[in-house]
Order: sequence, then C-alpha cells, then structure tokens
Amino acid sequence: MPAYSEKVMEYFMNPRNVGEIPDADGIGEVGNPVCGDMMTFYVKVDGDRLADVKFKTFGCGAAIAVSSMVSEMAKGKTLEEAMQITNKDVAQELGGLPPNKYHCSNLGADALHKAIEDYLQKAGKESPQV
Amino acid sequence: MTRQVYMDHMATTPLLPEVLEAMLPYFTQHFGNPASLHSWGDAAREAVEASRAQVAAFIGARPEEIVFTGSGTEANNMAIKGLAQAQEKKGRHIVVSAIEHFSVLQAARTMEKRGFEVTLVPVDADGLVSPAAVAASLRPDTVLVSVMLANPEVGTIEPVREIATVVKEHGAIMHTDAVAAAGQIPINVEELGVDALSLAACQFYGPKGVGALYLRRGVRLIPLMDGGVQEGGRRPGTDNVPGIVGMGRAAALAPARLPQYAEHLQSLRERLFTGITASVEHILITGHRQQRLPGHASFCVRFIEGEAMLMLLDARGVACSSGSACTSRALKTSHVLTAMNVPAETAQGSLVFSLGLDNTAEDVDHVVEVLPPVVQRLRQMSPLWDKFLKGKKEGS
Repeated sequence: MPAYSEKVMEYFMNPRNVGEIPDADGIGEVGNPVCGDMMTFYVKVDGDRLADVKFKTFGCGAAIAVSSMVSEMAKGKTLEEAMQITNKDVAQELGGLPPNKYHCSNLGADALHKAIEDYLQKAGKESPQV
Repeated sequence: MTRQVYMDHMATTPLLPEVLEAMLPYFTQHFGNPASLHSWGDAAREAVEASRAQVAAFIGARPEEIVFTGSGTEANNMAIKGLAQAQEKKGRHIVVSAIEHFSVLQAARTMEKRGFEVTLVPVDADGLVSPAAVAASLRPDTVLVSVMLANPEVGTIEPVREIATVVKEHGAIMHTDAVAAAGQIPINVEELGVDALSLAACQFYGPKGVGALYLRRGVRLIPLMDGGVQEGGRRPGTDNVPGIVGMGRAAALAPARLPQYAEHLQSLRERLFTGITASVEHILITGHRQQRLPGHASFCVRFIEGEAMLMLLDARGVACSSGSACTSRALKTSHVLTAMNVPAETAQGSLVFSLGLDNTAEDVDHVVEVLPPVVQRLRQMSPLWDKFLKGKKEGS
C-alpha cells in the first residue's frame, strides 16, 4: 500500500457521507476517470448553512479519503466558511498525503466549491467573496 | 484471523526452505570471495560455478553463457545497453515491443539519447506481439530486438521462437526478458533461438537481489560497469555468493516440479476466472485467454479503481496487484493496457492475481468470496457506476 496516514486509512475504510442527495440544491463534479480520479459532490442548503453534504468518488484510496474528509469538514458550515476550505486544509486534516497524491487525488475542496457555486447560480445569488 | 492469501507471485515468490538452507553456509562458514586465491576463495568460487551450471541447465545453456547480475532489471539493462553498444558500428536501430518491462523500455530510451533509434512494436488486443509486426519493423541498421517471453501484467506468452526466427534471418541480436515466465513454462534457449535471455531468482522461489543474463557464446557485450574481472569481465563486482547459490538451487528444483506445478496453477487460475466472472459483472479479462502463464489471472473491473480494490482486499487478507494509474509511482495508466487499446477509464480497474506454489483451491474460493462485496462497495461509491446505471435505464 502507499504510505497513507492512519487517518487516511480510517477515512477510506469507513468513509463518511457516501451517496447522493436526490433533491440536492447544488452538484459539483471534478476530475475525469482517464486521469484516475473523479468526484461528485451534492449539497443541501438550509439558510446560509450546508445542511447536508454527500459525495460519490471514483478513484484511489486517497481520493476516497479526501472526499470523505471534505464532506465531514463542510457539513454544518456556512457557505462562506465552506468556500474557504482549501485542498491543503483537507490534506492537513488527513495527516498528510503521499507526495505523488497531492495534486491528482486532492480535489475534494474543488468539488465542494463547485457544488456550492452550482447552488448559488441556481438560486440566483452571487458567490461569497473569499 | 482472516485467511491470508498471497496472490502476487509476479512481484516476488516466497523463498523455498531448501533454497534458504543451501544459502546459509555461504553467509558464514564459506564467506570467502570467489576471486581470492586461497581455499576460502576456492570454496566460494566452486559454489558459484556449481550454481552457474544449475542455472545453465535450467534454460538449456552452457555454464559459460550465464552472467550473474543483481536483478532481472540489471540483466535487461545489460542486454539492451550492452548488446546495442557492442553493435553500434553495424547499426543503431533497436526494436522492442510496446509492452516490455520498464527496464527494457527505459534502457532503450537511454540508448536513444546515445544516438540509437528505437521502434516500438505494437501488440494486439490480447497483448500478443506478431512476428509479422516485428519483421515489418526491421531495417538494414537494426542490430537488436527484444520481446519478452511472457508479460507479468496480462500473462500473455509471446511467440518468441517465431520472432527469433525472423530476427536471426535478418542478422540482428535477439533478446528476451524471461523474468515473468521462468519457473512457470519450460525455457530452452536453443528451442527459442535467442541470443540473450534475462532471469530473476525471486520469480521462481529463489532469493531477491540476484538475476542472470544468458549470453550465447560469441555474442559481444559492453559491460555496464568497469573495474573488475568477475563474470568474465562482463559484470564486475564481488559476486553475491549466497544469492547466487540460492538462484542455482531454485533453478535446480524448478524443472522437476514444472509439469505438476503448471497443471496445479492452471486449475487454480481457471477456478479463479470462473468464480470471478460468474460473481462480478462488467469485468474484462486482460491478456490472451489461452496463451497465457498458467498461474496468471488478470482483469479490469469497470467503474472502479485498482488501488482502492487492493486496499480493501488487503484488509481481507488478499494480496494482489494492479496496473492502475494510482498504483504507479508516476501516476500513469499502465503502458501495457494502453498498448492493448484498453480504454484509460477501464484500465483504472486493473487487477492482477498471480498464483504460486503456496496457493490452494481454498485460497481461490476465499478471493472469489471477498472480491464481489469489495467491488460492490466501491461501485456504490462511484459516480461512473451511477452514470452507467442511469444511462442503462434511459436506454431501455
């Protein structure tokens, strides 16, 4: 196995928030299967907060752990707070990622932001300035 | 405790106890340097020469045609660089198949930087190199051709004898990387008609860190290293005496076991193929269905990724391998599957089971039992699986 931290293993083995939200307010998709990883994030918004976050991910252990961590970090946060989560924060929360996985698998925050932007666009709102 | 099933024998095999036993005295009691001119040296030298004869007999060669190396990778590097360089006055064109091990492919790339030209011969969807395609790639200045005997990732056995015939008629040197094949199928350099052949001991129950290059008598080679007379000057450096003794012992044990061993492996392989294809849908067998290593079963499981499967299988006691981009250090899709025209997305789901002496029917049944839930779990997480199911619903 690659040198994954205990936390990466835990979030891969027991992923949080896997699935889709059938009546999602926003959907964000990043990556593509050809380069190895693809993530779809679903958000449900209540007021200015993320009431629910779910994901589906095609990819390696790191990609699944990252998605799982992002969903947990974002849930319950305001949209503005969630937009401030960076891929770097996610990797840090996971106790680091192997160097070669930093870029390809670490797209979770991007997918989350896309889902939020999708919601804002549908709701006719502007993206919060971050 | 979960059943532990090792099915990654293409990565390495366990060391046989009798091989270890043969090696042990050469770490301690007979520690001499084979190049020394005293009785300690004599004992070590005699052991190295006895091993050389054993490895030679294993592939139908003469002892003086065996050069011990530090690995299969070194043997391949030595063959590509050393043989090409020795021929450079004759021509500067090298032909290798597109599915060679990186130790052949990248060695050929290095020779490009030294003024050689390299042609990659394509393979078909089963990973077969056709002798006609090799013939078509030959030029008047072609001096060296390298096509592997069997591919470790998809198991396909290449028609090396037919390819060697074409190459020898042309007057070029023929090398084959037999690292994956050794121990699983009979190898005879005369029957194959090759000039050079690479082996690694750890593929046939010998130790790691020792390999060999067969070099037909009279074939010239420029050594990779300078500074010593060992191995006839072709591979300087103090011999790894215990490793070489182990390789010899492993080579001596392999032929007697082979017929029953191959039959055993093949029956397990078929059990695995049948079990997995019956219990996992949307799965593609990679490599040639019949013309393949007896102990090799490889697949692409669609809509999910290989490394994630390896991790979940490992947690259930199963060790295997994958050619997915995420499992490679360079994060590139397997060049073997790409050359076979497997779509990149499908190649991500690569899974390779390579069987060995230590495997049983119960091991296979364990894999067939644990794999489907692993696949199902990852598919339930996969947006590609979602899209596929939705597409199917809309299509119907």
